[in-house]
Amino acid sequence: MSSNHEPSKSQASAANPAASIGFELFLDCVHCGLCTSACPTYTELGDENDGPRGRIYLMRQIAEGRMELDESMRRHLDRCLDCRACETACPSGVHYGRLIEPFRLAVEESDKGLAKRFDWFRELVLFRLFPYANRIRLAMAPVRWAQRWGLYGLAERLGLFRLIPGRLGQMITLVGPPVDPGKKLPSFLPAVGRRRARVAFFVGCVAEAMFRHTHWATLRVLQENGCDILIPQGQGCCGAIHYHAGSSEGARRLADANVAAFELDGIDAIIVNHAGCGAMLKEYGIHWHDERQSARARFAAKVRDINEFLDQLGLIPPTGRIEAVATYHDACHLAHAQKVRDAPRRILGQIPGLELRELPETELCCGSAGTYNLNQPEMAQRLIRRKLDNVLRTGATIVLASNAGCLLQIGREVRQQRRPLTVMHPMDLLDLSYRGMGLRP
Amino acid sequence: MLTAMKAPLLAKLRRCLGRENVLTEPSELVVYECDGYTIEKNQPDAVVFPRSAEQVAEVVRLCNEYDVPVIPRAAGTSLAGGCLPVGGGVVVMLTRMNRILEIDLRNRMAVVEAGVPNLQLSRALAGTGYHFAPDPSSQVASTIGGNAATNAGGPHTLKYGVTVNHVLGAEAVLGDGSIIQCGPLPEPAGLDLIGVLVGSEGTLAILTKLWVRLTPNPQDYRTLRVIFNSVDDATNAIGDIIAAGIIPAAMELMDRGIVEAVEAAFHFGFPLDAEAIVVIELDGLSVSLDWQQRLVVELCNKWHAREVLQASTRAERELLWKCRKMAVGAVGRLSPSYCIQDGVVPRTQLPRILARVTEISGKHQVRIVNVAHAGDGNVHPILLFDERDKEQVARVLAAGEDILEECIRCGGSVTAEHGIGVEKLALMDRLFGPTDLTAMRRVRDAFNPAGRLNPGKLLPSANGDQTFRVGASRRALP
Repeated sequence: MSSNHEPSKSQASAANPAASIGFELFLDCVHCGLCTSACPTYTELGDENDGPRGRIYLMRQIAEGRMELDESMRRHLDRCLDCRACETACPSGVHYGRLIEPFRLAVEESDKGLAKRFDWFRELVLFRLFPYANRIRLAMAPVRWAQRWGLYGLAERLGLFRLIPGRLGQMITLVGPPVDPGKKLPSFLPAVGRRRARVAFFVGCVAEAMFRHTHWATLRVLQENGCDILIPQGQGCCGAIHYHAGSSEGARRLADANVAAFELDGIDAIIVNHAGCGAMLKEYGIHWHDERQSARARFAAKVRDINEFLDQLGLIPPTGRIEAVATYHDACHLAHAQKVRDAPRRILGQIPGLELRELPETELCCGSAGTYNLNQPEMAQRLIRRKLDNVLRTGATIVLASNAGCLLQIGREVRQQRRPLTVMHPMDLLDLSYRGMGLRP
Repeated sequence: MLTAMKAPLLAKLRRCLGRENVLTEPSELVVYECDGYTIEKNQPDAVVFPRSAEQVAEVVRLCNEYDVPVIPRAAGTSLAGGCLPVGGGVVVMLTRMNRILEIDLRNRMAVVEAGVPNLQLSRALAGTGYHFAPDPSSQVASTIGGNAATNAGGPHTLKYGVTVNHVLGAEAVLGDGSIIQCGPLPEPAGLDLIGVLVGSEGTLAILTKLWVRLTPNPQDYRTLRVIFNSVDDATNAIGDIIAAGIIPAAMELMDRGIVEAVEAAFHFGFPLDAEAIVVIELDGLSVSLDWQQRLVVELCNKWHAREVLQASTRAERELLWKCRKMAVGAVGRLSPSYCIQDGVVPRTQLPRILARVTEISGKHQVRIVNVAHAGDGNVHPILLFDERDKEQVARVLAAGEDILEECIRCGGSVTAEHGIGVEKLALMDRLFGPTDLTAMRRVRDAFNPAGRLNPGKLLPSANGDQTFRVGASRRALP
């Protein structure tokens, strides 16, 4: 019945970036438009082209061979944060991520073939620097040095970083003030008290280089909750940076290294504490179709976000009082990609003394979105201003987020606006409560 | 639009609104070729994003100068093709006019620009004890301007009335580019222009600002879900509840077909073998609800209800309503495309119309599932199809027309809340006599004398010609 409507084989050539997308995924969209108001870029711009329904429509035009990808279409599609808030809003079950992600991969790959221009940022920073914690630490050394000598704060206040053009300037300003990262992570940590679970911990790249203190907090919380923790050697970046920047192959290599590093027998879960990595790890099983797919799927099935895991395990309530008002920001890759919304709230609700206030528009992206804030600084800036305005409206003094990108993005805006706000991962706060330390000065 | 005419108009639009507020690239216009109604499609010649009533007025004046149609649009959730640029023209997007200008609790009123999404107003009212009552299922996305333009309803209209009952004042741009303001007045005086503008689907004026009434939140709710073994039992129980003197806030019916989609989407735990599920919400003072609930349960049991369950927590109530409001979108899980009808019949005719829908489904070999604002007699048969199959589309259109004609025969109408748009244009002269339509056209001509505002919608042309029909190549129709 529909033989004459399917995109013909000739259209599905390599030149068509939508060729690799299963056409039935487009048909899930019934064009009702209920997703539009969930989309951060549509909310800001009000243009159908910058909303999920419109973007799906554009990709479908290309898939059907009705139109060819041109500059303006690409601008609208590139502006997508891939935050997947539309998936949460969609009643029809459209897998938006499975449309836009392969589409972008194909666009990037065909781009390479056409013009072999060298994108230093993509090739050096995204692919060679970010996935490796030790290299990030090395690259941050000048910034850390400047911070130690008080020059960084001065430069930030004088707005000198704005003189550094493009993405480099963006990156430098994201680096927060130094926090004692703690010792190198060991390969094993024992449960405190009766053992309730045995887990393996995923370390990651940016998270390890910039948030090792949060790793330590997470590990201590796991110990307090009766978990034996293995920290396997040989693991690395989850691959999300490669995948979202258009290198499916690079991502696959990193994924396979991780799958090889984790021994699944005898562990109850693979714990990850940053939403972006968690979403990627959980999708290992669907991204690539080859002989290792089932091994990746087995790995993915064991992955749990720390909030999700503690909530399922049953949190042993902490007793240290923290007298403060906090608000929780839903990281897109936790709320939308992993559908974990209530668990962090339930966990934080058990900290004695803490008042948790609901953040208006909590489900709207903060503009970080992986490397989006580096590539689309203007939209990212609009979104973070909106986010911080909403945070300030709650009257909270602590803002919590379960993702490295959000923490960096919100942290920078807080510093630049000089707001009296502490930006933390929920595990940082929970750890303080377990240790009875209250808020650090 | 003639190309020669186009260039100077576009240049003037850009000068007036700024380059970034005018879209003209074909690849940027394509997404504006349809709204929530996908059976007919046509691209506009330009899309503009004004930020004030003055800018809207300027756009309308320019389009008059170049004899080009103007089509207002915001969220584009219309289910009857209300935003379809039938004969091309300039689409005026109201989405950048999205400020809540004032919340005035002492006067129980909010002032909003037309592009404010419905739910955004209710969210902004959280904690005040008030809400905005019209709650179309699209309320997360659809705008208050669009709700007013189509006189949108929603589940709770049974008790609280439709949008027109909640609009106190309106600012609008007329067909000649003049700006009028009607209301808000403490008591109505003069001609009721708000009544005329609300529901006029952009054919009289472009609404730019609205003064809306705020409704106090009820003290308490009782939300029941009742499972029936037959649709007839369900509709009979609904009739009896009204006859017993109880006006629930909402009485919503979902049939077996739609429950399958809803269950796949939200995993509420509805039994998949239930022929009909009715959601009944009672609201008001806590003390008044016990006896009402007792009576409702009694009447449901009289009609052989299999199970009556009460939502025990707020979260359960919210999920129940989410299931109902997202039900239509969830049918995407059953088929690639759908067309939702919007017939209304006297409540007592519900069993007849739903039985006829089943027959029509068989006759045209089109799968149809049903949701209904049953308390209002408003049925929403959802016709499932694949838009790539033109023969199927033709059957869907024929079945839809049969259903609506049956609604007219039942003493009802072809729309309760979605509007006429382009979809139901052909049915207007079956619903109204020639003198009725002439009177309506005269009203339109008074507001929109040149006929450039949203042409080809709501009112069929007097001589029956189809000047503004979509070109055959872009029609899904064979």
